Amino acid sequence: MRSFKSLGAVVGAAALALSASAFAQKDIVIGLQCDRTGPTQTVGVFLCPGYHDYIALVNSKGGVGGAKIRALEIDHEYKVPSAVESYERHKKEGAVLISLYGTPQTQALTQRLTEDKIAGTSPGFGSAAAANGDKFPYIFPIAASYWSQAAGAVQFVKDKLGGSLRGKKIAYLYFDNPAGREPLPVLEALVKEEGFEMRTFAVPSPGVEMGAQVIDIAQRFKPDFVIAHLFGRSPSVSIKELKRVGYPLSKVVSFVWGSAEADIIAAGGWATAEGYYGLQFAGVGSNYPVLKEITEMYKKQGKAAPKEMASTVFYNRGVLIAAIHVEAISNAVKAKGGTNITPHDVKLGFEKIKGFTLGGLVPPLEINNVDHEGGGWVQIFQAKGGKWVKSTEWFKAYPTLLKKMLATGG
Amino acid sequence: MFHRESGYYKTSYAADMALYPLPIARWTVAAVALATCIAPFVLHEYYVSILNLIMVATVGALGLNILVGYTGQISIGHAAFMSVGAYTAANLAVRLDLPFWVTLPAGGLMAAAIGAIVGIPSLRIKGLYLAIATLAGQLIIEWTINHVPWISGGAQASIEVPRPTLFGTQLKTQFQLYWFLLFFAVLAIVGTLNLVRSRIGRAFIAIRDQDIAAEIIGINIFRYKLLAFAISSFYAGVTGVLYTYYLGIANYEQFQIVTSIDYLAMIIIGGLGSILGSIFGAIFVTLLPIVIRLGMENWGSFLFGDADIRNLIPNLRLILFGGLIILFLVLEPEGLNRLWRNIRSYFRVWPFSY
Repeated sequence: MRSFKSLGAVVGAAALALSASAFAQKDIVIGLQCDRTGPTQTVGVFLCPGYHDYIALVNSKGGVGGAKIRALEIDHEYKVPSAVESYERHKKEGAVLISLYGTPQTQALTQRLTEDKIAGTSPGFGSAAAANGDKFPYIFPIAASYWSQAAGAVQFVKDKLGGSLRGKKIAYLYFDNPAGREPLPVLEALVKEEGFEMRTFAVPSPGVEMGAQVIDIAQRFKPDFVIAHLFGRSPSVSIKELKRVGYPLSKVVSFVWGSAEADIIAAGGWATAEGYYGLQFAGVGSNYPVLKEITEMYKKQGKAAPKEMASTVFYNRGVLIAAIHVEAISNAVKAKGGTNITPHDVKLGFEKIKGFTLGGLVPPLEINNVDHEGGGWVQIFQAKGGKWVKSTEWFKAYPTLLKKMLATGG
Repeated sequence: MFHRESGYYKTSYAADMALYPLPIARWTVAAVALATCIAPFVLHEYYVSILNLIMVATVGALGLNILVGYTGQISIGHAAFMSVGAYTAANLAVRLDLPFWVTLPAGGLMAAAIGAIVGIPSLRIKGLYLAIATLAGQLIIEWTINHVPWISGGAQASIEVPRPTLFGTQLKTQFQLYWFLLFFAVLAIVGTLNLVRSRIGRAFIAIRDQDIAAEIIGINIFRYKLLAFAISSFYAGVTGVLYTYYLGIANYEQFQIVTSIDYLAMIIIGGLGSILGSIFGAIFVTLLPIVIRLGMENWGSFLFGDADIRNLIPNLRLILFGGLIILFLVLEPEGLNRLWRNIRSYFRVWPFSY
């Protein structure tokens, strides 16, 4: 009799579990394109784990509105056909938003995202003009575009050189591809506005050969500051070369893809790069509450924090991207009053993001239906004593000029 | 394709060269045609999108196979010719508002013209040296598009193109684009089938096998080598235009040297000098990463943890991809097409093979 009772209990429990799973809310799916192989793998191997760790943290606290979030990661190796395939796969899985990865991939999917009315985010990728929500309703750069970075860099140089750029000389050292040339219109407009002299120095792909440009900068042009916009291996080469010819690195500021720990290490270590400035669109370092929560979460599972966390620049960018996605989703869930949200709800959710800073890791973004960039905030860090040290607070530069350029499309 | 007579019965050249060697061949072709027509109705949009990518890749692979497989001239500038086609069509479509049935051949012809110019060194040099010369072509074309705003449409070097319109409807969805791409893929396959059994095709094969001998028997090497480059580039240009219309944008960054190498991989894996091989290669290179990923997603969790799987999938995909290519080439250097033919000839006299 007793065994029957326990059998009944088991059956009952099983039935309960079954019905519970039948009534459990469906996961909210995010389509995550993230490359751990291919030309941008140096970024992805740190950024993608950061993304997943934040999602895991949200899920460990019960998800959004009771529903778990599932980020389906697909690595497209920076190839456009694979990116198209991965987008269609995400759509089939019911993704409510797409996290794009790579400039040509963002360009290739822009029209399809607009047709399917699914929001795609392109932090640090794509074109600066996409920040205009009127023209690109379903593309969200959510982080400072190259235009905003150019404005931020010039503002920083201006402050460093005593508040005026009149008669000063700035060298622009850039990777010779569309992304490298994109900031030029902003820089040229600022030359007129601020009255400084600018000379451009192009580095051809793959960007590991720039001895001539660097000697030109250091010994002929002799600028008061260098603004560098390089990718991949080339930032570390630029640090090494500028050091070699004796140009002070404390007069160099790099855009976001040349300002990671990995670049410093590849250039020969922190001692070599001492003084080098880097622009950031996510906070750097491990001194943020959310990162401590992630470490705690791992500790509770009896695991050590992942080693990717040590590369704070890219890891934190992954956390930032995930956090903004989750914020948009929770906005959508709140507005809808349930977790059965559509991609369009999430698009509207993005356009309500305001005052969400995650303890300083995320800038004070303000995304609305016109500004999909959230203001173009940047923060500057300096390589100092073996780590990145904060040099400025979050700031946005020349907003009126950028607004005018966005309205006219450059 | 899937059938064989049980011996060798052909008595005339005409019979040997017939497109349909047996009456049953017509039925096979009809069955394949029927399957391709039914496919988009029964398959999910996602699978249709994969078919679309395969069809675009097939056109490009056929073009490269005409040059490398049939004429024996190595080229690593195939992707650059695609970008020539893509930008020609994009500029015509945006500036002059021309429909696709004008821009598509125009893009192909422009690529053919540029391809013939890049092919000029092939008259003097062969093999690896020619590969380097075409590599130069690839880099020069890339640089030009990157640096001439009149071609590239501005600093971003990308031109948004409205999707193709047919009888007043815009072809937007994967389903609609499937028919658009299918038409050109079939045209390319039938065109190549007829090209290689024509006088031109036989001249190409003669040049491939021994160009001095070909010259002695009266083939104008100058003319046919450049023609091979032009025809191959025409296909490449059309591929570029198809990509442009499929994606709605022309962007040179997707036609870089890595893409050229992908297409070379397709025809080497599929089988040099074979039409079915080009199709096999396009299918294999497009599908293999997808299949490996699906396999890992479904069965990887038995062996590894979540975070490890995410690291493993992309890397394992690269390792498996490379490993399988080596394996295939060791097993059958003449590619998937030869593997297929071996299977068929085994069954030709089956079960009485001895």
